[in-house]
Amino acid sequence: MAQAAEARTGNGAGRPAGEVVLDVRDISLSFGGVRAIDGVSFDIREGEVRAIIGPNGAGKSSLLNVINGFYHPQEGTITYRGVPRSRMRPHQAAASGIARTFQNIALFKGMTVLDNLMTGRNLKMHRNFLWQALYLGPAKREEMEHRDAVERVIDFLEIQAIRKTPVNRLPYGLQKRVELGRALAAEPDLLLLDEPMAGMNTEEKEDMCRFVLDTNDQLGTTIVLIEHDMGVVMDISDRVVVLDYGRKIADGTPDEVRADQRVIDAYLGVAHDDGD
Amino acid sequence: MEILTAIFFTPFAEMWEGPVFFTEVVLNGLLTGVMYSLVALGFVLIFKASEIFNFAQGIMVLFAALSLVGLMELGIPAWLAVILTLVIMVLLALVIERVMLRPLVNQDPFILFMSTIGLTFFLEGFGETLWGSNVKRLDIGIPKDVIEYQGVLLSQFDIIAAVVGALLVFGLAIFFTKTTIGRALRAVADDHQAALSVGIPLKTIWVIVWSVSGGVALVAGIMWGAKSGVQFSLSLIALKALPVLILGGLTSISGAIVGGLIIGVGEKVAEIYWGPLIGGAIENWFAYILALVFLLFRPQGLFGERIIERV
Amino acid sequence: MIYREAGQFKTSYGADQAMLPIAQDRWVIAAVVAVMLILVPFLASEYMLQAILIPFLILSLAAIGLNLLTGYAGQLSLGTAAFMAVGGYMAYKFTTAFPGLNLLVVFLLSGVCAAGVGLVFGIPSLRIKGFYLAVATLAAQFFLNWTFNKVPWFYNYNPSGTITVPPREMLGVMVGGPEATAETRYFIALLVVVVLTVAAKNLVRGRIGRSWMAIRDMDIAAEIIGFRPYQTKLLAFAISSFYCGVAGAMYLCLYLGSAESEAYSIELSFEVLFMVIIGGLGSLLGSFLGAAFIVLLPIFLTNAPQLVGLTLPIDLQKHIELMVFGGLIVYFLIVEPRGLARLWQIAKEKLRRWPFPY
Repeated sequence: MAQAAEARTGNGAGRPAGEVVLDVRDISLSFGGVRAIDGVSFDIREGEVRAIIGPNGAGKSSLLNVINGFYHPQEGTITYRGVPRSRMRPHQAAASGIARTFQNIALFKGMTVLDNLMTGRNLKMHRNFLWQALYLGPAKREEMEHRDAVERVIDFLEIQAIRKTPVNRLPYGLQKRVELGRALAAEPDLLLLDEPMAGMNTEEKEDMCRFVLDTNDQLGTTIVLIEHDMGVVMDISDRVVVLDYGRKIADGTPDEVRADQRVIDAYLGVAHDDGD
Repeated sequence: MEILTAIFFTPFAEMWEGPVFFTEVVLNGLLTGVMYSLVALGFVLIFKASEIFNFAQGIMVLFAALSLVGLMELGIPAWLAVILTLVIMVLLALVIERVMLRPLVNQDPFILFMSTIGLTFFLEGFGETLWGSNVKRLDIGIPKDVIEYQGVLLSQFDIIAAVVGALLVFGLAIFFTKTTIGRALRAVADDHQAALSVGIPLKTIWVIVWSVSGGVALVAGIMWGAKSGVQFSLSLIALKALPVLILGGLTSISGAIVGGLIIGVGEKVAEIYWGPLIGGAIENWFAYILALVFLLFRPQGLFGERIIERV
Repeated sequence: MIYREAGQFKTSYGADQAMLPIAQDRWVIAAVVAVMLILVPFLASEYMLQAILIPFLILSLAAIGLNLLTGYAGQLSLGTAAFMAVGGYMAYKFTTAFPGLNLLVVFLLSGVCAAGVGLVFGIPSLRIKGFYLAVATLAAQFFLNWTFNKVPWFYNYNPSGTITVPPREMLGVMVGGPEATAETRYFIALLVVVVLTVAAKNLVRGRIGRSWMAIRDMDIAAEIIGFRPYQTKLLAFAISSFYCGVAGAMYLCLYLGSAESEAYSIELSFEVLFMVIIGGLGSLLGSFLGAAFIVLLPIFLTNAPQLVGLTLPIDLQKHIELMVFGGLIVYFLIVEPRGLARLWQIAKEKLRRWPFPY
């Protein structure tokens, strides 16, 4: 884990080579009178692991929800692959190659692991319900092709033994892994991970880190990661955004962020200046 | 063209030309609406405290009315019969909690809803086995004379019913906000687990809400029964209370009241002014369509708060 | 020993995703269909076919329809009978307007009409959920019942307001009207039910079924993954209504013979809902088990007092039936809220290890 991270940060620290995939400018989002996000700007570059950190309630999950179109910010612009994005439904975001996992596991509880992963392939399947009802020729062939793709994800995540198990019978750590699998099955360009390691023990965290890094290395997927474990964040991410009370207080490489006085204050709980 | 005039112009012209009649229609609707509210109120109480969509509320109205009439036919004076019926409703609540709700605790709301449909069948059979199934007159001495005020004719009975309904609602509001039990009920409504963890006994609370609901059903039963006789069709008014519920919101007491009034007035006005155009008897479905159209524009109902979904 | 899948190796994903991957299951289903097809018509009496088997088949199909919507897509509906009514009335309209039309085509067209109506009444599901939606589906029930009662076009301006199936033949055999034998009607119902059950199974095990279950289990996550919630829900409403519509058309043509709009009342909706709940939400097998239970129970309850030598007054017996019916529903929900299908599944899991359980 540490080695892999070294290899990455050693690679021209702070200046990832890829072009900008997603550019978030001056985003503000409020619910009623509560400001969840307040004028946040940052960008995500091709092929990097971008972490978003901050204390609870800092607006991290809301930011992910904005990126995949679940919340619509009142102000600001989002540019994805050079195209400014107007109001977008979540499934449109998914169709444009954004996949994600959730802070509280959001698997489909009544289905098996295999079926859950197959849902990730949905956007790539096109046979209509009449073909489906017949389950002949093209519909069956399509189903098999995607089963094949899903089996590759199953192998990648080492969950062969549980493919036919209903997900609600799995332990927490495995459920998190299956959820990652469901996102990977969609073969995303941009993968949003909302606390993928929350509530895990050290071994499970190490496994998860390995899968995240492998995804990034082998599949070339750009990753946005929300995580509370600072050790993990500093090890595996290329650049880090720090949020506090809905505002960005720092942005940079793990080393830069670690040294930032405002970040230290936010984490150590120095009294906030609420004057403005 | 003609049809458009008949729909969009003539009814309004009629309203304008016959203001006295129109007022009567509206007042009539309001009074029926109070009755719907009474039934809807019973639903809301139970849904608030237990998230059970109690389909049996309508049959509870019939059951209470049947019991009351049955007791009075035995020669028991009205006041005593009312008290005894209340006791019966509390016993019923106890039995329902013990036999049905306790084993089903923590089940999916679908399942609990289905069980209340089962309860509906059971109570229908039980009530009629006990008290017989023929139509009964219920007379507890409310005068039914028609009174006239500025040319508008109104039934005295309806006015009394409205006053009783208003008093009941007022009483329940005080019960919910000012008493310890009321606060406990609201706590349970917010979060079962949290309520349990601070020592609120869930089972007792359930018995209490079902009893209170039974009491509300009794009042509704007396009013409807005295108005149109105690018979099976009484339980069907519960179906009329359902659109009231979705209009007002399943958890809002004031929603039940306002929703009931809107549905009561809306359906009377529609039946009288538009009904003849399309064959009449639209009262059966008008309330549903009204509630539905309303929900399309405001899914959270009249008094519900906008839900912020989170993931 | 008997029910064991050890040794049945699958060598392709196709075999692994077959409809019935276990050989014993295939044999059992084949045997059941064979018995229903060959033995039953010979052994069953006219009464048995007319009072039990035909309604069982037809109501099973309606239960499958509701199960697709409620059990798989998670949208509770209380208006099943209304969509059956659309099927019934449209079947009447089609067969009277085009007397030469094959009855199977009539069923298909009626189902398509019901699907269209279901689509319209599914629109509220885009905005509202849960019990709010359930109550909204009651709007379909009351509105459509009223329409079929009040609009004379639907019953061909017939003064009695009833719709009656005229005599219809298929391949030279009478299949509709009073002269059609119970056996013929039974065969047609069986054919339609088998075909549509296979189609339903194909739907629920593929992409469509997964999209419904995803919406049911967690609609927000489903949308974020890329399911389009509106399309998915509307498709569920349409296909479910198609099944209910075909069932409604058969209910008229193969079972009742003639009907008024009251035949498709809210009681029928509840009956089908009970079948789905008692049989098991999200299980096609459960739809059949539930239908069998609900069709047989009243027959049993009517005959039970006589069996023990009791004669009760008619209305008392009616009331006791209601009580027992209601009581049994509650009892079943307490014993196994996930229905008969779940009991069957548990039995199968036990059977796998039998006779050497560990």
